Formats: sequence, structure tokens, C-alpha cells
Amino acid sequence: MNSNFNSSDIGAFKDVWVFCEQREGKLMPTDFELISKGRDLANELGVNLCGLLLGDDVDGIAKELGGYGADKVYVCNHPLLKVYTTDGYAKVICDVISDLKPEAFLIGATNIGRDLGPRCAARLHTGLCADCTHLDVDVPNYIEFLRGASTLDVDSMKWDMGDRNLKMTRPAFGGHLMATIICPRFRPCMATVRPGVMKKNAFDQAKADACEIVHPDFTLSESDFETEVTEVVKAAKKLVDLIGADYIVSVGRGISKDVEGGIKLAEELAAELGGVVGGSRATIDSGWLSADHQVGQTGKTVHPKVYIALGISGAIQHKAGMQDSECIIAVNKNDTAPIFEIADYGICGDLFKVTPMLTEAIRAAKASK
Amino acid sequence: MKIIVSIKQVPDTSGKVSVNPDGTLDRASMQTITNPDDMNALEAALKIKDATGCKVIVVTMGPAPAAGMLREALAMGADEAYLASGREFGGSDTYATSQILAAAINTIGVEKDDIVMCGRQAIDGDTAQVGPQIAEKLHLPQVTYAADIQKDGDTITVRRMLEDGYMTIKVKTPCLITCIKELNTPRYMSVSGVFEAYSKPMTTFDYEALKDDPLIDKTTIGLKGSPTNIFKSFTPPQKGAGIMLEGNDRATCDKLASILLEKHII
Repeated sequence: MNSNFNSSDIGAFKDVWVFCEQREGKLMPTDFELISKGRDLANELGVNLCGLLLGDDVDGIAKELGGYGADKVYVCNHPLLKVYTTDGYAKVICDVISDLKPEAFLIGATNIGRDLGPRCAARLHTGLCADCTHLDVDVPNYIEFLRGASTLDVDSMKWDMGDRNLKMTRPAFGGHLMATIICPRFRPCMATVRPGVMKKNAFDQAKADACEIVHPDFTLSESDFETEVTEVVKAAKKLVDLIGADYIVSVGRGISKDVEGGIKLAEELAAELGGVVGGSRATIDSGWLSADHQVGQTGKTVHPKVYIALGISGAIQHKAGMQDSECIIAVNKNDTAPIFEIADYGICGDLFKVTPMLTEAIRAAKASK
Repeated sequence: MKIIVSIKQVPDTSGKVSVNPDGTLDRASMQTITNPDDMNALEAALKIKDATGCKVIVVTMGPAPAAGMLREALAMGADEAYLASGREFGGSDTYATSQILAAAINTIGVEKDDIVMCGRQAIDGDTAQVGPQIAEKLHLPQVTYAADIQKDGDTITVRRMLEDGYMTIKVKTPCLITCIKELNTPRYMSVSGVFEAYSKPMTTFDYEALKDDPLIDKTTIGLKGSPTNIFKSFTPPQKGAGIMLEGNDRATCDKLASILLEKHII
């Protein structure tokens, strides 16, 4: 790391950077979401947006990031960076950041990003906000955000319109509270960002072609490593793509009397809609569905066109992961279940009876189009 | 050889949660528990103790009542407990918290064949940052998201979970490992363990006890030393309740399907 680096000399920092994670030489979907959001923030700050890509011979995938808004991509190639390691990646990233001094640094909150982010923030002596779901620089934009997303009386509050801090908003206490965090005294201001939350820009080939590739200086050798990755194993089963789905049919504790039957009904409804099956934390903790199906604060955040909740009571930690769905339909035996408070359409009834009828009704309605 | 396990007392957010009018959490009305992932870390340490006879030490930062949680850890089988507690520590973000815990762990001492264990993340903040930040401050290699831990002499082999699979990682002691719930099922306290817990040593580290550690001084801990600050905290608005459809028969389902069709949702 550059020995002259001083994280509190905040005037020396410029540009917004995004860590672009690759696995097996392929960019992660989160990279495009973060580049798109980073573009907005860079525009608000009037600076460049840069990607930071580490790997082994990965120049070929860098330009695609330009198509979503990156002005420049810093690429660090090294055989020892082929597979993610905390040791290698933290070393190179801190070296490059301490030389080039970005003012903001965004990282996807994947299992890798959440390993890397805190290690780098501690080494650089700066602040890191975990698992953000909203980011702003401009105060008027932030006020507009609060108007819709909070119960605060924003008009009676005092605002410093010249405030240029990155305002990083995230859920806390299982989604019961939202907090906006700032890092006023140190740079870079760092955030890990929840996958699936930021909207991806449309791809622009001309911008991709114009994107500049830069190879910054860094050093890396075997002696920098204290851990050894002996294998990387992909899950054999294809994982369910909740984040990309337009239709999600989720099941909850309500299927307990016939777990297999309940899941089958949900699968049939999902198949009719062209969607996928999700589940509440109870269904994952009970081992009824694998962890990739989990929707909620500790699972995935989704915003499909339609979210159908079958036998889900609607604990706040579940709501935190699905309340921004465009249309929410709930089926529950208990008419006081909290899920009905956020549902657009509710049916009070037994999911084992209602679901097959709903599947039939939707099939009939589509046939009548 | 010893294993130092960092644990945290948290409000039970899976139960009833109430929020004060000013948007802060009404902690007084809530039950506290040992953070679930930390219980998996403690169980992993106790399993290694069962196999090797090593010592297990628990450490936490928190207010005085966190001592009750440490007693429970002693009753499960830990040998010693340390509570870092002081006014100066209040308001610490993850960076400042990790400095204080790293100073406490440094004071206990990390030797060549030792392991530091943490839960992946706490259910109050869900940040997963303190473990890696302690590792950085102590210059220890880290392995996060551990779903399996095998120890063979000074080599630890960890199954580290990814979203789409896992990595197998080898690391030598001393090192820091963060644990997830798939790792194990935490044991219960035994009756004899509860009796013994009260005769096991528990030490409180206040600011005076830790201030000579190079990691901490008043400019790097507490509210003032924390790089991040809370700018605003708020509760999300309740979305207005939608339409409760009448009945629950085929006619009800047909009505819903026709609404979805009209709105071009299907």
C-alpha cells in the first residue's frame, strides 16, 4: 500500500469506482447494476465512473462495463488473481486505491464482496456501509427518496443543500428500521450494495467501444498469501433465479400440513405464470426448500411484476425482501395475517384449496385473451 | 492451544419489535439473545475442545448486562470470559468495534496455534463486517462463511460457501474464521455446566485496561472515532392495504384473474 496514503485528506480523492466481480472469467450481474447506479452518482458529483476488475487475462470482458456507464475500467491481471482470495484481492485493491484515490467505492454485497469490503475498509482506515439498498449524493434527490420511503416530515426539516456526502441507506434490525449512513471524515466512502436492488441501464454499444482500459501498477507474489484455495465447486443443481424473475410464487409455514403437496401447487401456479417458486425463512430453516429460494431480509430482495404469497404470515423480515413488488397477492387462512396489510389483493382461505383454482382461473383468463 | 470466540448480545428481531416515536428501536421492550451465528461459532469451538482438550475463551463488547450472555457461554462449556465494556466504547460503528475487540483479543493474546472465531453476522445490524475487520487489525488470515471446519495439526480446512457453490480453503493457525448456521447445531447448557459457570473466570476490560494497546485511543473508538455516522434513521411507511376479495372459491379466483388480465399483469 502507498505509504503516503492518508484517508482523512478528503480533498485529494476523486471519481466513483465500482469493484467488478468476476467468477470463472465472467462478470456478475451485480456489476452492471452497480455500474448503472455508479453512473448516476458520478454525474451528481461531476466526476468519472471507473470499474475495477481483477482476474487473470480479463481485458476482454472489461469493455462491456462501458456499455452500462463506465468511463474507464482499471484492469489488474495476474495468475494469482484468477480465483478470488481475500489475501490477493485486498492487497491489490488497497495498493491501487491508495495510489489513485477514488472518493467513493462500491462493491456488490455478494459472499465475496462482503468478505473483501470490510477487510479493505479496515486497511484503508475508512468507513464502510453494508448491504445498501439506496444511494444518493444530491440532497434534493435524497429528500424526494425520503418523501416516498419514510414517514419523516421532510419539509419541516433543515437541509444543507450543498452536502456532497454519499448518503447510503440500508435496512437494520431485520427491516424494522432504515438508516442512512454517511462517512464525512474519510475517503474513499465505501458501500457494499445488495444484489438485485439497483436498476441496470440499457446497454449502449457506442459507450462500450469508447470505454478506456487502464492497467494500474501493483505488485503481487506467492508470499502475499496466507490462504490456499484448493477447489472451487459449483452447486450441481441449477439455482432458482429469484432476482431475475417477473413472477414469484412463494410459500410459507402454511404448507406445513403437506409440504410436498404445497410446494407442488406453488410450482404449478408458477409454471402457469412463467415464474419461479420462493419461500419464507421458515420454509428454508425447516429444510423444505433450499437456501437459494429464500425471500427476505436474510434472503433475497425481489421486485417482480407479481408476487404471490401462499400461507406466508408476512413477518417484517419477509416483507423487507418483497414489499416493492409491483403487485402482491396473498392467500392466507388467517384474515389478520400482516401480509394482507401490504397485499394489493387478498384471499382469505386455505391455500391447498385456493391455489389450484387460481391456477385454473389464470389459465382460463389467459386463454380468453 | 486456545480458541477465542467473539460473540454479541442482540435484540431478538424475530420476535415482537417495537419502535420509538423518534424512529429508534425500543430495546427496553425486547428480549435479548446471543446472536444466532455466534452460537454456531461457539459450538464449532467447543467441538474442537471436545476433540483436543483446548481452551475456549469467549469475548464480547457491550453493556454490563452482556455478562449474563457470557455466563451462558461458560455454561455451554467455554472456560473463560471477557467483557469489553465502557462509556468510551458507546456508539462505535463496525470499524471502531473491531478495533476494541481486536485490542481485547490482543490483550488476551493470540499465539501460533490459536484460532479466533466469529459468527458471520449479527441479526441487529446484518453487516458481517466486524469479523473481517478484527482479522485485518490483528493481521490474521480470514476465512468467512464457514460451513465445515476440519483441523489437522496447524492446518485448518474450511468449506467456504458461495451463492452458487463453495470453495475449499486451507489456512494455517493463527487465523480467524466466521461461521454460518449450516456449520452445526449449537448444544444446550447442561445442568452441571450452569453450576460450574459461576466459578469460571470472567474479566471486564474497561477503557483503562485496553488503552495502552496500539490499536485504540479516543480518536479511533466510540461515536467520535467511528468513520461512519448515522445521518437519518426512519421507519418505512406502511403500504396502504389493498383489496380483500370476497369469498375463496372459484368465482373469487376468476375475479382476481380477470383483474390481472385487465391490468395487463398477466
